[in-house]
Amino acid sequence: MIGLSHYLILSGILFSIGLIGVLRRKNLLMLFFATEIMLNAANIAFAAISSHYHDMAGQMFAFFVIAVAASEVAVGLGLLVILYKKYGTLDLDMYTVMRG
Amino acid sequence: MITIAFYFFAVLITLLFLVTVMSKNVLYAMTSLAAGMVLISGLFFILGADFLGVVQLIVYVGAVMALYSFAMMFFDVNKDVKEKNGSAATVFLLGGAIALMLVLVFSAPMIGQGAASLYPQVAGATNPQAVGLVLFTKYLVPFEVAAVMLLVAMIAGIILAGKKMDLSLSTTEEEILDETQGGDK
Repeated sequence: MIGLSHYLILSGILFSIGLIGVLRRKNLLMLFFATEIMLNAANIAFAAISSHYHDMAGQMFAFFVIAVAASEVAVGLGLLVILYKKYGTLDLDMYTVMRG
Repeated sequence: MITIAFYFFAVLITLLFLVTVMSKNVLYAMTSLAAGMVLISGLFFILGADFLGVVQLIVYVGAVMALYSFAMMFFDVNKDVKEKNGSAATVFLLGGAIALMLVLVFSAPMIGQGAASLYPQVAGATNPQAVGLVLFTKYLVPFEVAAVMLLVAMIAGIILAGKKMDLSLSTTEEEILDETQGGDK
């Protein structure tokens, strides 16, 4: 039988995958993908806890997370387009202006 | 039956997201991310959160992924992403350790004391009805704030991406300036 812990473990695994992506990626677009993965992992945990306690609050928070993710993508992609116009690349290492 | 469905979805989602994180090609990463989102909505349907699953399909797979694919028309996607990485082992260790710590931190209060339901589901209501009942009573103000936030994000996106749309990408002033300055890249 699948219980709450199964979903929470799956959510933890997906979150760590996203975290690994954030840590090892140097391309800004790939960093955005990794953030989406982390947000989705949180959504799975919210939905699982919501169904475990027969409570709607978890699903509400998942809705707001989706709204925040949508607006984050809209603004972030606008900034990415500007960065790409300015520098011609999406590599994070290329944006360093201070050289120590 | 639910057990089979859960393991099917869980394994596929994990594999697809691993492809997203590990792939060198932006197009592969985006496609596998979209497929993973579709399968996550399957998990929501198993959990009985029907409305959330539909919203996941419409907003994430429909809107967010379409936005990404539009944005990718600005970028050169055929070129493989060259990234120099330090040591992969450190990254994996750090990611795993931080994730484990977060899970422990957030599950500690739940194990410690029995959590009680704050807004229990109304008996006899289907999932979309229950969502509406809670969303338009307890969460009405956050709902309106989220609407304003989406409007702000839309305006910001238009203004940020629409600037100098009439100019060709490769001949903007900054780029010519960068090339003449040289050595900056």
